[in-house]
Amino acid sequence: MSTAFDLLLAAALLWSAWRTLATPQIGRAVILFIVFGLLLTLVWARLDAPDIALAEAAIGAGLTGALLLDAVAALRARRPDDEEPRS
Amino acid sequence: MSAGLIYAATGCLLFVLGLGGVLLLKALLRRILAFNLMGSGAFLVLVGLAQRDGTPDPVPQAMVLTGIVVAVAATALALTLARRWHALTGRDDIARVRDTGRRVRRKANERRKSAR
Amino acid sequence: MNPPIRSLTVVALLGLAAALLVAVLGLPPAPVKLAGEVAANLGASGVSHPVTAVLLNFRGYDTFLEVAVLIIALLGMLAAGLPPPPPTGSRNAMLPTLARLAVPLMVLAAVYLLWAGAFRPGGAFQAAAVLAAAAVLLHLAEILAPWPRDRRGSRLAIAGGFLLFLAIAAALLANGGLLRYPPEHAGLLIVLIESGLTVSLAVNLAAFFLLRAPEEQR
Repeated sequence: MSTAFDLLLAAALLWSAWRTLATPQIGRAVILFIVFGLLLTLVWARLDAPDIALAEAAIGAGLTGALLLDAVAALRARRPDDEEPRS
Repeated sequence: MSAGLIYAATGCLLFVLGLGGVLLLKALLRRILAFNLMGSGAFLVLVGLAQRDGTPDPVPQAMVLTGIVVAVAATALALTLARRWHALTGRDDIARVRDTGRRVRRKANERRKSAR
Repeated sequence: MNPPIRSLTVVALLGLAAALLVAVLGLPPAPVKLAGEVAANLGASGVSHPVTAVLLNFRGYDTFLEVAVLIIALLGMLAAGLPPPPPTGSRNAMLPTLARLAVPLMVLAAVYLLWAGAFRPGGAFQAAAVLAAAAVLLHLAEILAPWPRDRRGSRLAIAGGFLLFLAIAAALLANGGLLRYPPEHAGLLIVLIESGLTVSLAVNLAAFFLLRAPEEQR
């Protein structure tokens, strides 16, 4: 019973990882990466590692996701907002 | 097959998937995502293999905790460099760049001239 | 990358995957049981949660260097130099209200996680992550402005945790081995180090979002 759940979770993990790399829009890829992070949190909980699950949810999915979304917005801007400001 | 072994095998596949992404993808942001997948795969192998007989093992768990924090730091640095590269050259990939120095200097000169 | 090399790479990667799976699935049972060793020495470590004991006592050196790695990453980001993002100018009423409601609770949760790490899943890293997330939430709600690079307070906060750890390590080095806590003081030292680490790591992680180079002067 729990093996079936493990196999399903592993399959979902691999599928979301594959879709992260294969989807054409980069914004969607980042969202899928956050989904991957949250699925990985479930995996850590399954592996009796609650400390890692807490850290993965907060840092892996949360902070990394926010950094990536920030970067996607910056890289997408027509006039990139990371240029040196004109005086 | 125990849970640890299933996830260790998943970790191997994730690692190879991430490696393929880093080698074969063009966009920098995607390669950073793929690199993170490699890291997560490695963490799964670390904890999954140690717990393949079912008992939780605190030593690899502590190492993975350290690894997650270091991975976010590396990702933050990589994203800053990617954004800087994009600001200097307007590109989001590093394939086949010839003589980056001249291109960067030319763009900086153009910007300085237009700012005057 | 031209197609023949591409297909060759894919084939090589599939081969690597097969080899790794065969290796991982075919391992004999491990001869060394570290979990048993940790459980045997848990009493002398000063905390009662095994992961925290490993992280801050048995492998404290790794944690020490990890804090240094985070500071170096921040230095690298400052050297690359991103100017502060322009204000979005959106008048969103929901987000500041949510931020004002959620952030005190997040601070409370972080303090609990820090304190509970001694005997329950939790610890300095999780607490620091929650605090950093609170700072990022405030930044997104435009309550907290980006930090200029040369402000002394943020510099001290980031370096402070590492320096505290370094001071304790140096004091212990004078007494015996590197980071070998005397068992009767181990609990106190761990709490001290964890508190310093929480604040320092939270500021460091938030600085990935908030610390920017100053605007270019005219």
